Amino acid sequence: MPIEPGVTSALDVEKDYEKHIKDPKAHRTMVLNMGPQHPSTHGVLRLLLELDGETILKAAPDIGFLHTGIEKEFEAKTYQQGVTLTDRIDYLAPLSNNLVYCLAAEKLLGLEIPPLAQWMRVMLAEFTRLNSHLVWLATHAIDIGAMSVFLYCFREREDILRIFEMFSGQRMMTSYFRIGGLALEPPRGWQKRVKDFIDVFPSRIDQYEELLTGNSIWMGRTKGVGYISLEDMLDLGVTGPMLRAAGLALDVRKDAPYSSYEKFDFKVPTSTVNDVFARYQVRLEEMRESTKIIRQALEGMPSGPHQADAPGIVLPEREKMKTQMESLIYHFKIVTEGFRVPEGEVYQVIESPRGEVGCYMVSDGTQKPYRVHWRGPSFGNLQAIPRLIEGTLIADVIAALGSMDFVLGDTDR
Amino acid sequence: MLPESLSDNSTAAALADLATTGKLTFGELTLEVAPSDIVAALDRAKHKLGFTRLSTVTGVDRFPVEPRYEVVYHLQSLATKERLRLKARVPGDNPEIESACPIFRSANWYEREVFDFFGIRFLNHPDLKRIMLPEEFEGHPLRKDFPVTGARY
Repeated sequence: MPIEPGVTSALDVEKDYEKHIKDPKAHRTMVLNMGPQHPSTHGVLRLLLELDGETILKAAPDIGFLHTGIEKEFEAKTYQQGVTLTDRIDYLAPLSNNLVYCLAAEKLLGLEIPPLAQWMRVMLAEFTRLNSHLVWLATHAIDIGAMSVFLYCFREREDILRIFEMFSGQRMMTSYFRIGGLALEPPRGWQKRVKDFIDVFPSRIDQYEELLTGNSIWMGRTKGVGYISLEDMLDLGVTGPMLRAAGLALDVRKDAPYSSYEKFDFKVPTSTVNDVFARYQVRLEEMRESTKIIRQALEGMPSGPHQADAPGIVLPEREKMKTQMESLIYHFKIVTEGFRVPEGEVYQVIESPRGEVGCYMVSDGTQKPYRVHWRGPSFGNLQAIPRLIEGTLIADVIAALGSMDFVLGDTDR
Repeated sequence: MLPESLSDNSTAAALADLATTGKLTFGELTLEVAPSDIVAALDRAKHKLGFTRLSTVTGVDRFPVEPRYEVVYHLQSLATKERLRLKARVPGDNPEIESACPIFRSANWYEREVFDFFGIRFLNHPDLKRIMLPEEFEGHPLRKDFPVTGARY
């Protein structure tokens, strides 16, 4: 049977209704609508499943329910204002999105970012990875039926959100990275909070493993489930932990280091088993590696300014703004009309918790981006859903979908 | 014709007969090809030059310049981790270009998105319909002449 995603496949079945109703012996398939409000689709993904008994013959994802026109909105905002939009694209990894957007704009501007800001960006981007993986583990486990893991994961996530709040004043939509550096100076006492967290966090990962790794129900639901060949994944645009669980160590942090990732010592965890369980193991290993990166960042954090020395782009210090005429003028100009970015185009790519997130920014020399295209990792990953679940049993759909770790805000933008 | 500055770039040299122009900015190679050559260029990039991953396909509206639309392909080589940007310009009165789906299956959704937002038709696409916006939506919002204010918006 030719397999192509599309809602039309579901409608064909309805056309045969007359034939099937008259001939009780005729082989008949059923169309099941899953979502957009199904709890395991984590947001608003709609799947049309054509079933033969319990087996899925065809799957057709239907997306766009969360489309908010963010790419269009970038064109109406100044560069610095655009940072706040990026938080809302992938709402589980806001700082990764801030980072890719800022890096793209900084590349166009030719800005040199001071070491403190670069390291702080690495540290907080890794916290974001932990945050996102914790939400993934919590919801993935609850989908499969392990309620308690959810509560433990959210306990640690709360600590991370408090650290974000300490830095930026916001728990989720942080907008902490700005073009030119960081929004605010790192708060007093952040070292202790971060150290307290990473000292205890590896043992917390052990706790999750204790609950799940040897658990026979967990193994039964995840081992040997959700296989998709590496060739298919590459051809369908999958990136991130799914590829790494199939043995391909593709990670932008290693391949094209940004924001001084080359100065950190970490491994890219891989597995060759390529099932839901392997993806779970890869992500847990990634959490351990992220903790190591955070520790290195904490111990080797350079000192210096938290923003680049670029008077027309970075807002002047509050104190100077109130006492010096020059600073006041810059402040007024940056806030009211923004800054001009030289003409050009860049495609900046970083590794978000879900895979490769790309920001294609085109500038025409004005204060607003001419075009911003967002390559969301979830959008690329979701395209592989039909390949992933066709031919499997309906009970495995939940586990297979969960192992993808998609965010619909990132898919629909 | 490619500019002199790209003469020592092996990727540019391998695609030189198809490329109409090119540039190397911020360490990123951009090659522009005619819309009729895009499938040949993608095919050669994938099978001869090793750019086996299609990262994304998108569009840029250069209104009122003609040819108005740019269709932009971002490719990556898994062996060298190099990236390549291919571009084709399509005219505003008949925005059509051959689909990349036979070469990269992932182009399917990316091209549907470009069709949805820019109204560029991809010939021989297996399932060309709107992906984000509702089927009955009128217009293509990422076009520069799409109204952003008014009674309806």
